[in-house]
Amino acid sequence: MSARPIATTRSAAGMPTPRLAVWWLIASEIVIFGGILGSYIMHRLAHGIWADYAANTNPWIGAFNTFVLLTSSLSAVLAHQAAERGEGKRAANLLYLTTLGGVVFLCVKAFEWTTEISHGMTITSNTFWSFYYTAAGIHAAHVIAGGIIMLIVAQTAKKNLELHRVEIIGIYWHFVDLVWIFLFPLLYIAK
Amino acid sequence: MSEQHAGQHAGHHAGHEAGAHAAHGDSHYVKVYFTLLALLTVSIIGPMIGIKTVTLITAFGIAIVKAYLVAKNFMHINLTPRFVVYLVTTTLVFMLLFFAGTAPDVMKSSGTNWEKPAWIAAEKAFAAGDIAGASLGARIQESHGEGHSEGHNEGHNEGHSEGHAEGSSEGSSHE
Repeated sequence: MSARPIATTRSAAGMPTPRLAVWWLIASEIVIFGGILGSYIMHRLAHGIWADYAANTNPWIGAFNTFVLLTSSLSAVLAHQAAERGEGKRAANLLYLTTLGGVVFLCVKAFEWTTEISHGMTITSNTFWSFYYTAAGIHAAHVIAGGIIMLIVAQTAKKNLELHRVEIIGIYWHFVDLVWIFLFPLLYIAK
Repeated sequence: MSEQHAGQHAGHHAGHEAGAHAAHGDSHYVKVYFTLLALLTVSIIGPMIGIKTVTLITAFGIAIVKAYLVAKNFMHINLTPRFVVYLVTTTLVFMLLFFAGTAPDVMKSSGTNWEKPAWIAAEKAFAAGDIAGASLGARIQESHGEGHSEGHNEGHNEGHSEGHAEGSSEGSSHE
């Protein structure tokens, strides 16, 4: 019989270690996204002309993607609830639904970027578009990572195994949603 | 203890520690979700009014409220040990420190014994509607080659030809 890793069984610092780990991860992510968003805000305030560049982004696409991520966050938290009740299969199905939300988000993003790039608005066009693609790109990378991890967690959850992971990946996913909540007004609304 | 059991145990353990959210029931989260959707609607409609203050409140004020609702109700940050809140707050404070430390340099065009390159003047001229001044500023920079020339030249580029064709805009593209 193989030994279980200590990290999954120990409860350090008054909370399960995996949950502590994900909060540490989130703390480091706040610094990453905070740096990008902070830089964007100060440049946006310094260069009035960025409002003209921002006018090229489509707020309806941004709003739709916000709706998609909020909906996927709901399914993630409902998956957590199901895991709490020991309903692994339902938790797994809700995680699949959450991943589907991530896929829809990425498809919409791909469509949006294709349109913008085809109109000549590329990452090298100017600093606004550099920020735009960098911020949204790093966020999209987090969506991809979250989706992959969620599929792995769902695989075990449907067998009623490792149900605590459902909460952990959920917390991470809500953070990804939370970052988008700030990216949306910055990139799509403030013009 | 079997692995399956251990997993379930860990799940329950985590659940009981988080505590109250298990008692909320699914309907609580659905209510929060619809509140978030209502706030999203307001954040879209608000800026359409065209008043700057309303835009700021509806776009960014509501983003903060939405973030709070997500952190509290979905991430259950209020049910984690206090030090997690301190941890997150500390990183936010670092972000503010970063902003405070670098914003003066980014957002000001001159100070004691220093001045930003000509493209800033060009951009200001453009913003003020002085196309000729903006073009002149861009040309001055090109001729002086103030270290931004490579991107600057391309900057007048394709991407924004609509509306900014004069190239005054390019200047803004390179800090």
